[in-house]
Amino acid sequence: MSVLRSQLDPRTPAAQAARESMLGRLAELDELLEQVNGGGGPKYVERHRKRGKLLPRERIELLIDRDAPFLELQPFMAQHADFHVGASNVTGVGVVEGVECVLGASDPTVRGGTSNPYTLCKTMRAQEIALVNRLPLINLVESGGADLPTQAEIFVPGGAIFRNLTRLSARGIPTVSLVFGNSTAGGAYLPGMSDYNVFVKGGAKVFLGGPPLVKMATGEESGDEELGGAEMHARTSGLADYLAVDERDALRLGREIVAGLNWGKLGPAPAPDPPGPLHDPEDLLSLVPPDPKVPFDPLEVLARILDGSRYDEFKPLYGTSLSTGWGSIHGYPVGVLANVRGILFSEESEKAAQFIQLANQKNTSLIFLHNTTGFMVGREYEQGGIIKDGAKMINAVSNSTVPHLSVIIGGSYGAANYAMSGRAYDPRFVFAWPNAQISVMGPAQLAGVLSIVARAGAQARGVPYDEQADKAMRTAVEAQIEAEQTALSNSSRGYDDAIIDPRDTRTALGFALSVAHNAPVRGAEAFGVFRM
Amino acid sequence: MNRLLVANRGEIARRIFATCRRLGVGTVAVFSDADAGAPFVAEADLAVALGGAAPAESYLRIDAVVEAARRTGADAVHPGYGFLAENATFAQAVIDAGLTWVGPSPEAIRAMGSKTEARERMAAAGVPVLPGAHLTGGEDLATVAAGVGYPLLVKASAGGGGKGMRLVEGADALAASVAAAQREAGAAFGDETVFLERYAPRSRHVEVQLMGDAHGNVVALFERDCSVQRRHQKVIEECPSPVVDRALRAQLSEAAVAAGRALAYTGAGTVEFLLTAEREFFFLEVNTRLQVEHPVTEAVTGLDLVELQLLVAEGSPLPAAALDPQPRGHAIEARLYAEDVPAGYLPATGTVSRLRFADTVRVDTGVSDGSEISPHYDPMIAKVIAHADTREQAARVLADALARAQVQGTITNRDFLVRVLRHREFLSGEADTEFLDRSDPAELGAPLLDAEQVQRAALAAALAGQAARRRDARVQDGLPSGWRNNPALAQTATFTTPYDEGLEVRYRLDRDGRLLEPEGIELVRATPEEVVLICEGVRRAYRVDPDAVGTPEGEVALSEHPRFADPSAAVSAGSLLSPMPGTVLRVLVSAGAQVPAGAPLLVLEAMKMEHEVLAPAAGTVSELPVAQGDQVQTGTLLAVIGE
Repeated sequence: MSVLRSQLDPRTPAAQAARESMLGRLAELDELLEQVNGGGGPKYVERHRKRGKLLPRERIELLIDRDAPFLELQPFMAQHADFHVGASNVTGVGVVEGVECVLGASDPTVRGGTSNPYTLCKTMRAQEIALVNRLPLINLVESGGADLPTQAEIFVPGGAIFRNLTRLSARGIPTVSLVFGNSTAGGAYLPGMSDYNVFVKGGAKVFLGGPPLVKMATGEESGDEELGGAEMHARTSGLADYLAVDERDALRLGREIVAGLNWGKLGPAPAPDPPGPLHDPEDLLSLVPPDPKVPFDPLEVLARILDGSRYDEFKPLYGTSLSTGWGSIHGYPVGVLANVRGILFSEESEKAAQFIQLANQKNTSLIFLHNTTGFMVGREYEQGGIIKDGAKMINAVSNSTVPHLSVIIGGSYGAANYAMSGRAYDPRFVFAWPNAQISVMGPAQLAGVLSIVARAGAQARGVPYDEQADKAMRTAVEAQIEAEQTALSNSSRGYDDAIIDPRDTRTALGFALSVAHNAPVRGAEAFGVFRM
Repeated sequence: MNRLLVANRGEIARRIFATCRRLGVGTVAVFSDADAGAPFVAEADLAVALGGAAPAESYLRIDAVVEAARRTGADAVHPGYGFLAENATFAQAVIDAGLTWVGPSPEAIRAMGSKTEARERMAAAGVPVLPGAHLTGGEDLATVAAGVGYPLLVKASAGGGGKGMRLVEGADALAASVAAAQREAGAAFGDETVFLERYAPRSRHVEVQLMGDAHGNVVALFERDCSVQRRHQKVIEECPSPVVDRALRAQLSEAAVAAGRALAYTGAGTVEFLLTAEREFFFLEVNTRLQVEHPVTEAVTGLDLVELQLLVAEGSPLPAAALDPQPRGHAIEARLYAEDVPAGYLPATGTVSRLRFADTVRVDTGVSDGSEISPHYDPMIAKVIAHADTREQAARVLADALARAQVQGTITNRDFLVRVLRHREFLSGEADTEFLDRSDPAELGAPLLDAEQVQRAALAAALAGQAARRRDARVQDGLPSGWRNNPALAQTATFTTPYDEGLEVRYRLDRDGRLLEPEGIELVRATPEEVVLICEGVRRAYRVDPDAVGTPEGEVALSEHPRFADPSAAVSAGSLLSPMPGTVLRVLVSAGAQVPAGAPLLVLEAMKMEHEVLAPAAGTVSELPVAQGDQVQTGTLLAVIGE
């Protein structure tokens, strides 16, 4: 297996400019993270603490193994929307008693921890990760239920949350609810549908209807504690399996439950003591030119994320704008598909379709490094069957069953986003670099297309074309796409799982591979009919 | 002599076994129930259980010890020090059983066992004695005391170790002090006889090592200075004395040899003198045994005193090396105890989790990793001895060795010893027997590391714990420690330190393992056992053990709090926990009783001291789980006072 060399010289002015630009983007995200981590703001955080309660991230830190990595999922969710950035909950994947688990914690400092459509989106994604990677799921519950003003958006689809819990259980994936506070009405089915429940004494409040509703419904006078207190559920209803004396005790019990799961990973173990890359990941900051139109070499990325920088390139002389090859990350064997010069031609598509089948044949996970402007267009290519060939690649990606991990290191435009296992193609994880751009096509192209179509329409109707309006329209469209194609904008909509610092790429992929190996790693037995 | 039984325990048993092994003599240990797992028992060729934990049920049982010798085929008995070492009846019983007694004759032991008789015999032999008077009970106390002169000491005739001793400044306190001393002597030695002795302030304790054989040789093996004492217990001993010159040494030796000849002394013994500020010396007593502090004499003379004891016991003459000893250099011994010095030298118990010293010092210890310091016996952990060309060097080596040693798992006087050894008054040779009593134990016993150094040591401990957890991780072990894509919170670890019941350390590492928090400290390396930090440009290695962190400046006890409290271990409000290990002497209330705040509830006894446990607030005694005679540990629940 050959070792990748690096041409990147971080001392050049271009590299230094690239680094400046990337550090600027990271600083912007860091600033936003501070907002995310501030929850509902100092006032609500203070009030929560005064009640002797822990914040959601504090709960998570106590639940997971000390010094173990933790991947927070979608912290920028709802950044673009009229909701608090982070969407009033914290989800992530962490290690509890040596077991990789999906954790979800509502944030009671943000509007009482109520769920809005983005909260729901985040929760569903976390449940999906638990399901496809076979990870125990732990809910840290303290939520006022549905965000009532947006109930129309969430009530009907939100039912899936509870359905998913029992489906996880049915698949042999344990579910645990640690209930710290309110978990009422529909929220009562979080513990209701979980395999193990821990209720915090004096904190947990779990009922279908509270005292006012009971009074309205039946005329019965009742109190919170008798309707849904932790002690009542532990001693009388049996909904609570464990009564915790306080919040820390609940987290201790949660850890004990996981320790007792007798959990084993079904995927193969990584090779022991893998060598690190030969080239410094720090240089990844200096790789991406500030101008997205200037290409960069993804092999420089591979040289900084693969074990020992070792890469066995497959078909290096064929379809050269997509590099395919074998390597390993943190001891996990992987196949890599990386866009080299942006465009996917027929050769690249066929090469990819073949390579994906090979990875499935040998039960090997796939890494997709996206930096693509799309499938090639034009007479020659259409006549050459670019649709047929692109379809082969999409067919292979769609039916592949080995874990896919996508990293958007540059642009990811058009159908190439699909072919490179974009979000809709169910990769186990999608990570984006801060410079990532995702949209149906580039802003200028999209505006230009609209302009040409409008001009043609005017011509057909025989009316003069308003150049002034065209210019305004193009500017507006370009601005809109510019804003919508950013990593943050896509992340805010849940189209990735996390924006990562490029230097953390190897870590994030190693993490994701370890997580994915909780489920069996088995290639597809069949693909769709390849159009020949 | 083919097989020697040591009628003792702990470090002295091991010390004697070591010489036996070198000389090809077999070894037999006897042990109490409490010592069944002790290293000295495991090291002996043969071992015989004596019975219960209390000395009276075990090490003081003459018949059982002699029977143990018979059963194991031992042909000689060494009594060590303490227990039966100065018991003439025991010596006689050993001899009567046809065994070799390693010690002076029962007559010599008996004569010197009574301090009053010893004074008289020494005075008769021309050895200077302090003015004093024997109390028979019939005399007029005030007159007798006036004859001795004030200030004076009331001392137990059968005593030792400061028990049954009272200082009387004037006639007012005389009667009460005599009564108290009699009571204490009766309790400690079963003999209430006391005597009065003139007290010389600012004096020193200097003693001469004697060795005699059956061939008429009595030789003085130089003096030891044991002036550094706290409450009449020796803390630091050295050879030679910093204040004894050649001429004075000759006088002391002459007096000691005269004393020995008067007793036809055989074996090892010690003549103790009081040396006044005016360089006059007076006889105090003869100890008819090997002393605790004998290693300093061994270091300076190059002799093995136990070997000499065995030779003499077999009837051999003392070898030439012993008859003409050539002193070399200076030796200092420090007694390492499990005790809480700042709290007033309170005895402590617990498990010594780790005990390690550099090989720059000799260490005599009965303790190994995991040994328990039980409340039944003297809480000495080890004697540490340094030998060098000069006193200054020996003190430096000893202080350094103690500061760097791994002494873990229980409270000790280690930092106190280091401070004493580095104290100006000690180094100048001016420390007299009141030096420590003049000093504040809180100051002298203060931790060697200041609060900031402890904070850094705690950071090192936290980072070592981190390294251990990453090493042992079952998944994602190759990933950066504590990696976060959203670094919202730092990692934390909480420690009990000498300054703080709960010192929280926060730390955060970056993707390359560099320390992001706390700022200004560079992490060079972190393994589960060692952490290297650079702080203000200074690189320092920290050795991290489960109960302590070692730094070049000293070791600090650090125990990490468990991450989660076990709720079943929580104590209910109003609980009274035992402040120390000991025995419940008396229970003064019964369950259900109404008690006012401050009411005595029960009396604990520890190391012969009585401590009353008082009600912290008025209320009802709702629980009283202990009874008279119970052994309690620090933290044992004694009572619960409810509303």
